[in-house]
Amino acid sequence: MRLPAENRQVVVTGLGIISSLGLDRQRVQESLRLGRSGIELVAERKERGFRSGLSGVIYGFDSSGLKRRYRKNLPEFGQWAWASVEQALEQAALVEADLANDERCGLIFGNDSSVVTGVEQCQLLAEAGESRGIGSGHIFRLLNSTVTLNIATKLQLHGCSWTLSAACASGGMAIGQAAELISSGRQDRMICGGAQEISWQSMCSFDGLGAFSRREDDPAAASRPFDVGRDGLVPSGGAAALVLEEKEVAVQRGATILAEIESYATTSDGHHVSVPSGEGIGRAMAMALKQGGLAAADIDLVMAHATSTQVGDAKEAKALVQLFGVDQGKDGPIIAATKALTGHEFWMAGASQVVYALLMSQGGFVAGHRNLEQADDACQGLRIAKQTMEFNPSRILCNASGFGGVNASLVVRVTP
Amino acid sequence: MMSDDELRQKVVEVLAAEFELDPADMIPTATLYDDLDLDSLDAVDMVVVLEKTFAFKLSDEERLRSIRTMDDLFIFLIDLKNQSA
Repeated sequence: MRLPAENRQVVVTGLGIISSLGLDRQRVQESLRLGRSGIELVAERKERGFRSGLSGVIYGFDSSGLKRRYRKNLPEFGQWAWASVEQALEQAALVEADLANDERCGLIFGNDSSVVTGVEQCQLLAEAGESRGIGSGHIFRLLNSTVTLNIATKLQLHGCSWTLSAACASGGMAIGQAAELISSGRQDRMICGGAQEISWQSMCSFDGLGAFSRREDDPAAASRPFDVGRDGLVPSGGAAALVLEEKEVAVQRGATILAEIESYATTSDGHHVSVPSGEGIGRAMAMALKQGGLAAADIDLVMAHATSTQVGDAKEAKALVQLFGVDQGKDGPIIAATKALTGHEFWMAGASQVVYALLMSQGGFVAGHRNLEQADDACQGLRIAKQTMEFNPSRILCNASGFGGVNASLVVRVTP
Repeated sequence: MMSDDELRQKVVEVLAAEFELDPADMIPTATLYDDLDLDSLDAVDMVVVLEKTFAFKLSDEERLRSIRTMDDLFIFLIDLKNQSA
């Protein structure tokens, strides 16, 4: 029997992660605990004329387990996405046969580019002199929906399947929308997450804006969310996946429940393509609390969007100060800024944020941010974790914002 | 000039590598779609890899579409080889 919408709860039963912090949950959790940075100086970017050669890097990923048919249709970041989905399904104790042909099971990933394939196909056309020389895989790697079109086919899903593009809020919105599809009764189980390519091709014009940190002599210190010395973000990438299920569906099959997606809100700034208003993320956070029937004091950890940009961090800090009444003398929650370690994972960031938050809470800690030497004035009173600290949060607010002034806030309740 | 047998061996070698097939399965009577599990997209890649290998054009689309088995493919390629000789 299907529960009425008002009684449906959305729980997390699986997590998967491929990032600059590691290729599996255990390694990533360890990196978070130890404060191990995934950022390096990439010489090729400097040779190509980048203003900043800094980037998150992923080493040692092995896609040989994936059949050629899927490898040729998935760009590198799509293969990361598949690996993250495999991890999440394994943790959720689900096999492909549990998902195949099920109209109640769907897939939403956040992604907003697939640039390497676009460049490659043009080169191949020039070399071959005719389009048929390009081969069959490029079109399926080129589409923004490359992750979902490939994985939904591989898993033989019969439910919802699409990619959500909302710049750096894509991954957070993918989780939020997947949760809404379950809570509204349209789906019982959703695989969701975000993916982000790491490539000079996808980053050159962004670098041209001068938005990336130039602290090239000390890559691990370059991403400095909320610090007065921050000089820009560090581009990064990877893939993160979650398995969400309607609670009764998960309970009935005996699944281990890791967390609950308690509420989700999204807003737009309607302000500027690249400069956040701050008001928009503040509204998203307040709306998420209201929708969950929660007070600000119910949140004990915030995964800040905090990308290490001058304007963005200050605006988010002000919104946090206001929402949690820190300027009224309240303590407010602990604030984590994990992009200090990972750099900014763009389309994936809102999804990896949730995975990092849950890996930390499962380990009973919050990652510190040792690059925070002197907090920006806008952060006054905010309790930003500088050193890794023992902490067991009960409710985590996860923020994601992106170009176009899009904002997403998720409230995740940790299963005790 | 490459002998017919050398051509057959080369076809098996490059298609086995391209499509991760077992050469032992690529017998003349093996059908590309059913026995070797290739699909219409693989056929696009097959043309690309064969043209690169043998440096001749597989532009007869009607004849390409009529290929069902490995042997059909061998005969088609041997004809092309002889024409280009």
